[in-house]
Amino acid sequence: MNENRMSVGAFFQKYTMIIALVVVVIFFAILTGGKNLLPGNINNLISQNGYVFVLAAGMLLCILTGGNIDLSVGSVVCFTAAVGCVLMDNDVNMWIAVLAMLAIGLLIGAFQGFWIAKLHVPAFIATLSGMYAFRGFSNVVLGGYQVSVTNEAFLNLFGGGAKCYVPDFIRQAMGTTGKPNLTCLAIGIIAVLIFIGLKVRKILIQKKLNIHQSIPAQLATTAVISAVVIWLTFKLASHKGFPTVLIWIGLVLGIYQYITTKTAIGRHLYAVGGNEKATALSGVKTRNVYWFAYASIGLMAGLAGILTAARAKGIDPTYAEGYEMDAIASCFIGGASAYGGVGKVSGMIVGAVLMGVINQGMNIVGVDSNFQKVVKGLVLLLAVVFDVLSKRQKR
Amino acid sequence: MAKILLEMKNITKTFPGVKALDNVNFQVEEGEIHALVGENGAGKSTLMNVLSGIYPYGTYEGDIIYDGKVCQFHNIKDSEKLGIVIIHQELALVPEMTIGENMYLGNERGHKLAIDWNTTYSEADKYLRMVGLSESSKTQVKDIGTGKQQLVEIAKALAKQARLLILDEPTSSLNEEDSRALLDLMLGFKKQGMTMIIISHKLNEVAYVADKITVVRDGATIETIDNRGPEPVSEERIIKGMVGREMTNRFPKREGVTVGDIQLEVDNWTVHHPLYPERKVVDNVSMYVRKGEVVGIYGLMGAGRTELAMSIFGQTYGVNISGTMKIDGKEVKIKKGADDAIRHKIAYVTEDRKGNGLVLSQSIKVNTSLAHLDAISNHMVIDGDKEYAVAEEYREKLKTKTPSVEQLVGNLSGGNQQKVLLAKWMFAEPDIMLLDEPTRGIDVGAKYEIYCIINDLAAAGKCVVMISSELPEVLGMSDRIYIMNEGKFVGEMKASEATQENIMALILQSGRGD
Repeated sequence: MNENRMSVGAFFQKYTMIIALVVVVIFFAILTGGKNLLPGNINNLISQNGYVFVLAAGMLLCILTGGNIDLSVGSVVCFTAAVGCVLMDNDVNMWIAVLAMLAIGLLIGAFQGFWIAKLHVPAFIATLSGMYAFRGFSNVVLGGYQVSVTNEAFLNLFGGGAKCYVPDFIRQAMGTTGKPNLTCLAIGIIAVLIFIGLKVRKILIQKKLNIHQSIPAQLATTAVISAVVIWLTFKLASHKGFPTVLIWIGLVLGIYQYITTKTAIGRHLYAVGGNEKATALSGVKTRNVYWFAYASIGLMAGLAGILTAARAKGIDPTYAEGYEMDAIASCFIGGASAYGGVGKVSGMIVGAVLMGVINQGMNIVGVDSNFQKVVKGLVLLLAVVFDVLSKRQKR
Repeated sequence: MAKILLEMKNITKTFPGVKALDNVNFQVEEGEIHALVGENGAGKSTLMNVLSGIYPYGTYEGDIIYDGKVCQFHNIKDSEKLGIVIIHQELALVPEMTIGENMYLGNERGHKLAIDWNTTYSEADKYLRMVGLSESSKTQVKDIGTGKQQLVEIAKALAKQARLLILDEPTSSLNEEDSRALLDLMLGFKKQGMTMIIISHKLNEVAYVADKITVVRDGATIETIDNRGPEPVSEERIIKGMVGREMTNRFPKREGVTVGDIQLEVDNWTVHHPLYPERKVVDNVSMYVRKGEVVGIYGLMGAGRTELAMSIFGQTYGVNISGTMKIDGKEVKIKKGADDAIRHKIAYVTEDRKGNGLVLSQSIKVNTSLAHLDAISNHMVIDGDKEYAVAEEYREKLKTKTPSVEQLVGNLSGGNQQKVLLAKWMFAEPDIMLLDEPTRGIDVGAKYEIYCIINDLAAAGKCVVMISSELPEVLGMSDRIYIMNEGKFVGEMKASEATQENIMALILQSGRGD
């Protein structure tokens, strides 16, 4: 078979979830009369699901190590947010509060990682205990009440309140106002240009080294991704502009994409999940790999705590319940293996977006919230069943 | 001529893209032991899977005629009803369950909702005695050794009223003694009229036990050799059929290699068992290896060879390790962990490539670089292009057969996987290579290529330690041989002075000495 040509079956197999996503988007577009594609709703989709992307990135690393999950993130998000909100409520400088939230998240992650990595406590149990403990601590810190955040700068920067968008510097400089938001357009276009530049560079290097990979296919994916980003940019620009939360999502996804594909520690994560004994005998300190994964998701829980506190303009001891499940589901829908060693950031993004689109579509249609959970559960099951079946056919 | 019990006629089985079996004809007489030999991927297992109904009727072409009737098996149960029972290479026993529970798993005595345990255990005991086991059927499987577990598998097959017993590589995980016992048991069953098919890579065993030997190559049966004469068929004769040409020399000559100074020296090395620290697994072993030398360590399985190698390789096995190690004349203390051993330029190529050697879910490229990521990365950031180039270089050097280095290792054949494993450790640039059973479970052609690689390593001035339980291989490849038994070195000889007889004699003597 010609390697450059992909059969229709193989194409569907490789892009199952992307195709599913497109189908679901079109389905809800028809059902809601296109409402789900309105700029405001696209903006909401991103803002509401900021925490999912951030947590799922961290969760992916844990899952890579061997299908291990972190059940504690919901509670840790609540706890870090609680500490931050209480600090800001007592007029502590916003940056100190932010650093404190990140540091606490990282410390909790490292603490749980210690038991998992060094004492071989099963991750499920170590993080289940964290799930109880930090929910309790949140309650203690908050005294059982809701604490609000009023710090405008904090809200604006982390995606809460009415002004959580990147200001339109370009129109300000030109002395005009109005739509579309030119700064937002500029950010989007520059990002796409950088992306295309990197891809072209990669293809040129491949040619030089004689690496056989289908160039048309790579160009096609580049074109599709660029088109989607440009489309999103226009949508956002015609709403209120570039939401600040997207900066943090983009930063996290970029860093995690880099870690998983380009760094030695990323390679070690895949190797440990694929065959821990072989990895240890290759000279890798495998226990440190676990520790890294859990410390990283702790840090992400801290960041998600910040985003959650900003979006809700405060925190309540019951917030962020079940966040861990959203993150886990995104990874598995995105093709991560429940046995570890397989999974990509790009897949996880598709998984998270798919969940978000379904959620939002059902909200617009007005589906009962209990029934929404049923649908979410079925989607997760279907996605994994599909994955298992498509892999079985290959044998 | 005796009655034909089984005839497989014009069997053709196609997988998407490959013809695994091409018009195969195969006959087994009642009451004989019939061996199927062939290189990995030749189609032996596929043929047996067709026979036992794992590939159901309709997914292949051709006829299965068993006991005079044309059969259509839709699953394993169908074939088992007629007494065709297959024992797979990997033991399929649940360690935490008793022997009796295992034997009747899926075939429970009494009623499905009310298992009759008395019948279960008394019948199980009966079959255990038939295979020469004195254990109670209430013993847990994890408490008996691999050799006995293999016998339990056979007892389990007997309990299914087997008439035609198929054994797929039954001795691959057994030591010499247990293997011989198993083969003799098969001969005993033959006397009682049982018919058996054995698949094996161990040609000496095949020659010992089989009445007829059918050679499979590239999905077709090439020939059937009669082995009922007074002299057993020679291994060379079988190999000729397997590879399609005469193998004049199974071991390539090592030429122009000058053996240099002593590089690795280990003295009074003692290693204790990690779970039972009072047990010595390696007992006061002293050895040395020169540059450019291939040193064989021969011993039966369980002699402590793997444990010795792994304890040298950064204490990756064992506790309370004592003794001294010198590299280039200087005493070194290697910290616990493979990383420090790699820094001291030692490599250990495991005997268990799937379990301890390779990440099967990753590509050839990723596996090749795993033990030496530093060499292709800057400050922990991997240079993907350099990595690709390295993987390509080793693919060409070792002649690994694969469409690309992006191929997942799990999709490769055993021989090619072994080459990837070797590539990984060669790329780690060691001076000392500890090769543990480097040719286990791979076919004759690939073995020859691995031997050539070992010779190249020696020619490049590496010191090579080759652990093996195949005597001809040790004799053919080594410059010097250490013989190991029950944790001790019981002899050392030059390859030129060594013979199968005097090595086996040393092992037997040492066994009696206790």
